[in-house]
Amino acid sequence: MTVADTRSTVEAVWRIESPRLIAGLARMARGDVGLAEELAQDALVAALEQWPDSGVPRNPGAWLMTTAKRRAIDQFRRNERYAEKLEEVGRDQRLGEGVLPDFDAGLDDHIEDDVLRLLFVACHPVLNTQARVALTLRMLGGLTTDEIARAFLVRESTIAQRIVRAKKALAAAKVPFEVPEGDERVARLSSVLEVIYLVFNEGYSATRGDDWMRPALCEDAMRLGRVLAGLMPGESEVLGLVALMELQASRAKARTRPNGEPVLLLDQDRARWDRLLIQHGLAALALSEQIAEGAYGPYSAQAAIAACHARARTAEETDWARIAALYEGLGKLQPSPVIELNRGVAVAMAYGPAAGLAVVDAVADEPALKDYHLLPSVRGDLLEKLGRSAEAEQEFRRAAEMTENARERALLLNRASAVAG
Amino acid sequence: MRFLVIVKASPASEAAGFQPSAEELTEMTKFNERLFAEGRIELAEGLTSSADGSRVLFEGDAEPKVIDGPFAETKELIAGFWVLKGESLEEIVELMKQVPNLGPGEGVLEIRPIDE
Amino acid sequence: MRFMVIVKSNEDSEAGQGPSAELLEQMGKFNEELVKAGVLLAGEGLTPSSEGARVVFSGAEEPRVVDGPFTESKELVGGFWILQCRDREECIEWIKRMPNPGGEAGEVEIRRVAEAADFENMTPEVEAMEGKLRAQSAGQA
Repeated sequence: MTVADTRSTVEAVWRIESPRLIAGLARMARGDVGLAEELAQDALVAALEQWPDSGVPRNPGAWLMTTAKRRAIDQFRRNERYAEKLEEVGRDQRLGEGVLPDFDAGLDDHIEDDVLRLLFVACHPVLNTQARVALTLRMLGGLTTDEIARAFLVRESTIAQRIVRAKKALAAAKVPFEVPEGDERVARLSSVLEVIYLVFNEGYSATRGDDWMRPALCEDAMRLGRVLAGLMPGESEVLGLVALMELQASRAKARTRPNGEPVLLLDQDRARWDRLLIQHGLAALALSEQIAEGAYGPYSAQAAIAACHARARTAEETDWARIAALYEGLGKLQPSPVIELNRGVAVAMAYGPAAGLAVVDAVADEPALKDYHLLPSVRGDLLEKLGRSAEAEQEFRRAAEMTENARERALLLNRASAVAG
Repeated sequence: MRFLVIVKASPASEAAGFQPSAEELTEMTKFNERLFAEGRIELAEGLTSSADGSRVLFEGDAEPKVIDGPFAETKELIAGFWVLKGESLEEIVELMKQVPNLGPGEGVLEIRPIDE
Repeated sequence: MRFMVIVKSNEDSEAGQGPSAELLEQMGKFNEELVKAGVLLAGEGLTPSSEGARVVFSGAEEPRVVDGPFTESKELVGGFWILQCRDREECIEWIKRMPNPGGEAGEVEIRRVAEAADFENMTPEVEAMEGKLRAQSAGQA
C-alpha cells in the first residue's frame, strides 16, 4: 500500500475506532478525558508512521489500543508529573513508582458505557456551546481538527485552541467521568441533545455552494444521534431527536431550487423527499412513542409534526388537525409565540380561517414577533380567506416591508395587489 | 411483497463522465412520480459508476482483499435500483416494462423478491 | 455519503439453503454493530434468482421477459445494505469486518449512491418542465 492509501485507511479506522479508543483510555486514566485524547492521538501518529511498512493490522482497533496503552505506561514511568496527576485524583494512596493505572479493568464490558460517559463529559455545561460541539465532534465524531474547522468556517487553530481550553476547563472543574443519575441526568441529557441538534442545524442551514463539509454535518449529527440511541435505548427523547433530524433531512433535496432559492414545505416536490430517511425517521418515532406511551417531549413532538408531513403523499392529504394538536402539546412544553403562530396556521388548515385567526391574534402583540414577517404574512392570508380584503392588503404590505428576501417581497406585494382587486 | 429492481449497467453508464441527459432525467422523474403516487416506492437510487466503487474479496481465514474499481465486466454491474411494493412478480414485471430510457440497445432490469 | 453494499450470491443462496446457525448469529451481531455505529440505513436479503425475472429492452420491440433462475452466480445479488459513511474507505473498513465463519470464498461490492450534486443536467429548465408536469398531473388527479 502506498503511504497515501494507508493514510486514508488510517483515517477510516480512526473514524470507526476513536470513540471507543478514547473512552477506554479515559477509563484507564481515571477519567482524565484530555489525557485519554492525547494518548489516542499518539497512537494515531504511530499508525500513520508504521502501517505503510508493516501493513494495516488485521484488528486495527486492538492495535491502536495496545499502542496507546504502551505509550501510557512509558509516559507514566518517565513523567513524574503524570504520577502526580494521578495522585491528585486521590484514588490510590499507594501511587508511586511501579503502581500503574488500571489498564485492564474489565475493558470490554464497560466500553459502551464508557463511550456514553465520554459523550456526557464532552457535552458538560461547564463548557460553552462552541467548546462542547468541537470536543464532541473530535472525540465522538471521529473528525479531525481541520474537518471541524472547515465545517464551521473557522481556522483550524481556532478549533485546536477551543479543544485545548475545553480540556483544561473540564480538568479544572474536576468533571467526573460518569453519567449522572436522577434530575441531573435529565438536564445533562438535554445538553447532549442540544449539541447534536446544533451540529445538525449547522449543516442543514448550509446552502448550495457552501463547502461540501457542511451538509456532511447533518450526517455526522444523525450518526451521533443514532449512536446515542443505541447507548440509551430507553430514552424516548433521544429517538425523538433522531426522528426529527432524519425527517427534516429527508426534505433536503426538495427544499432549494438550483439557483439556491428556498421552496416552502407545502410547495416541495414530495417525490424528491428521501424515502430511506423517512422510513428510518418514522421507525425511530414509532419506537419513541412506544417507549413514552404517547407522552411527547420537545424533540419527539417536533418529530411527530414532521412525520405528519412525511406521511402525506400530497400537501392536500396532510393531517392538519393532528399537527394542530401536536403544536398545542409542544406549546405547553415550550411556550413560545412562534409555536402559537404555527399552531394558528395548522388550526386554520384544519378548522377554517376564523379559528386560525383567533389563535394568531392572541399572540399578535407579542414583542418576540415584532420583527417576524411571517406574522403579518399569515394574518394577511387568513384575513383574505375571511373576505376582509382591506385588512388583508394592509398586512401583506406590512409583511413585504419586513422581509429581507426580494423574491418574497415581490410575492407579498403581488398578493396585496391581488386582494385589493 | 417487496422487490429489488436492479438496473443493469451498460457501457454508457460506466463510461467516464457519464451523465444522464436532461430529457432522461425528466422521463425518469415522471416515471418515479407515478410510482410514488401509487405508493410503491420504498427506495429509488442511482449508483455512480464502478470507478467510485470497490470489491472486498473474502476467502477462508485470509485478510479480506480490496480491489478498487472500475470493473471491466459491465454485465456484472448495477447502475441503479428501486425497492418497490407490489402484489406479485408479474405485477412488477408489467410495471417495469414501462420504464423509460432503456432503449435503444439492450437494457436489462432484474426483478428479485425480497426475503421477508 | 451513502453506499450500496452488494453481497453476491453463491451456490448455497441460489439453492435456497439458509445460512448456518453460526453465520446467522455472527451476521446478527455484525448488523447490530452497524446499527449501533449509526451507519446502517437499510439491509435486505433476496430470495434465489429462481423466483425472479429479467426484463430485456432492445429498441422498438416490446420488452422481453426472461424468468429466473440465472446461472451466472458471480453477477447475482444475494443481498444488500445501504450504509452511511464519511467516504468509501470507511465503508470498506466496515465491510472488511463482515463475518465469514464458513471461510467460503465470497465477494462484496461497494458502490456509491448518487446524490443530487452528481447530476449536472438537473437544469432550471428541467425543473420548470417538472413544475409544469406536476401542475398537469395535479390537474388530472
